[in-house]
Amino acid sequence: MAKRIDIGGLTAYYGSHKAIEDISMTVEPRSVTAFIGPSGCGKSTFLRTLNRMHEVTPGGRVEGKVLLDDENLYGPGVDPVTVRRTVGMVFQRPNPFPTMSIFDNVAAGLRLNGSYRKNQLAEIVEKSLRGANLWNEVKDRLNKPGSGLSGGQQQRLCIARAIAVEPQVLLMDEPCSALDPISTLAIEDLIGELKERFTIVIVTHNMQQAARVSDRTAFFNLSAVGKPGRLIEIDETERIFSNPSVQATEDYISGRFG
Amino acid sequence: MSHAPTTLQERPTPAPAVATTSLSSRTLPRWAPLGFAAVAIVLGVGLGLVAGWHSRIQWGLLSALFFVAISYTVTTAVENKRQAKDRLATSVVWVCFVLAVVPLASLTWTTLSRGAKVVDGYFLTHSMAGVLGTEPGGGVYHALVGTLEQVGIATAISAPIGLLTAVYLVEYGKGALARAVTFFVDVMTGIPSIVAGLFILSIMLMAELKPSGLMGSLALTILMIPVVVRSTEEMLKLVPNELREASLALGIPKWRTILKVVLPTAIGGITTGVMLAIARIAGETAPIMLLVFGSQLINTNPFEGAQSSLPFYIWEQYKIGSEASYDRAWGAALVLIAFVMILNLVARGIARWKAPKTGR
Repeated sequence: MAKRIDIGGLTAYYGSHKAIEDISMTVEPRSVTAFIGPSGCGKSTFLRTLNRMHEVTPGGRVEGKVLLDDENLYGPGVDPVTVRRTVGMVFQRPNPFPTMSIFDNVAAGLRLNGSYRKNQLAEIVEKSLRGANLWNEVKDRLNKPGSGLSGGQQQRLCIARAIAVEPQVLLMDEPCSALDPISTLAIEDLIGELKERFTIVIVTHNMQQAARVSDRTAFFNLSAVGKPGRLIEIDETERIFSNPSVQATEDYISGRFG
Repeated sequence: MSHAPTTLQERPTPAPAVATTSLSSRTLPRWAPLGFAAVAIVLGVGLGLVAGWHSRIQWGLLSALFFVAISYTVTTAVENKRQAKDRLATSVVWVCFVLAVVPLASLTWTTLSRGAKVVDGYFLTHSMAGVLGTEPGGGVYHALVGTLEQVGIATAISAPIGLLTAVYLVEYGKGALARAVTFFVDVMTGIPSIVAGLFILSIMLMAELKPSGLMGSLALTILMIPVVVRSTEEMLKLVPNELREASLALGIPKWRTILKVVLPTAIGGITTGVMLAIARIAGETAPIMLLVFGSQLINTNPFEGAQSSLPFYIWEQYKIGSEASYDRAWGAALVLIAFVMILNLVARGIARWKAPKTGR
């Protein structure tokens, strides 16, 4: 069920501002691909173009193509809602729906896009919470509000919510940057398990994290402030961190950047 | 330790103004403001009595001035300039608070004490049918029914329109249309109620319609819509964008996101806004005079025939000018205030009940 993503010549704009320019790469199925690079280089923007969340921002538009197993996400007649059901997303700050209980949060995706059978709902919620390693912590308080959980639990709740709709790809935008080391470890372990089932793309500022969790790493950079971000290189994570082929990557990784 | 040698003092220039290096200094006791207030009131009242002023308002204003002045001077003398400025600002704030609360308390007290005399079961369940305006007796039932129906219809029309307009402005609107809508909502907020009444009256005359509760409701609707739009808009803007994005990223269509995530998150505030708008229109008299005409009889049909309403009833009774009618006017005022108060309490209850939960 995991799918491969082929990106070709992708350029994204915010109004007239070009945020990323001419990015081409392949994201392998059932693996973790990490995006690293300095702030403002367009990692998050690029990630958001992969499930058409970029265009939710006013003025956001995209040129180029994103092929999900040979189907272009930006082709004519493609419904962004369907795209987002196939490509799920976890955000930087945990954002459970404040009006819903833990159960309802996980069930939200299924309930609200109407694709579920009632008798399966409890089963799917349990499976998703187990998948997010949260079941044992919340099984006794499923009808309590999701916002009462700790930050790390909330983030795992958001992951459970994202995987409950059975996407093919899971995009994670700095999922651990608001969490403590223990919670981070829990999420990282989870990513390791989830990659058996999903294609995972993760944006991170933490290079050790990229080295720990990812199979392949892409390095983004921008030539100057205000210039669009570009993909510098993408390779096996081990190579990127031991022997990158571009000098800029090595400078960034070893801390000699700027 | 107060004059430890420092590099500053070794210079030939005169010693700096810093007299002490100790961290503690003389301070006024905690009850000082109360004491100032007591002294100020005594001074204000005493001076007022000596000068032979009769107005309590003059006494009060004089006391307030004394309070501010005493606080400042005493603090300057005992503590220091900075503390005195702090005390000055605090006492001005307190004086403003009292000035704002006194009329409110006075209003509530007057209405309660004068209205409570007549408000009873009989007053609430009888109309003015067959009661001479100058005689005691009669009641407010017909006006209460009128107000409930007119305000109810106005709410039923303007709450959905206002809500949908706000959703459009916050979630969809961009460009010229949204700017135009915002502009006209702002203009509508400022429409005097009599103008709204005249507008509906002109339509009523052109269409050759008779006065009825519905006509009044339409004028109230014009007044209510902008208030609902404004408050709902603010509440929707408070919903974090992250929640919309989280929902959209789950593959939930935008309209369901708004319906199931955005509106429930904001529902507490939206309800409060609608209730406040109702409270605002419940006290409107001018459109009712023009469009509902007023009546002494019970008319439960808002679509036909003249009705009364609470504000209209108050105006009518006060105009008669007899002791009994004054009492009825105050009684109706009490009923109106109670009605608005109950609405507010209900709104707060709903807001608390529906508010996003944070408990563990």
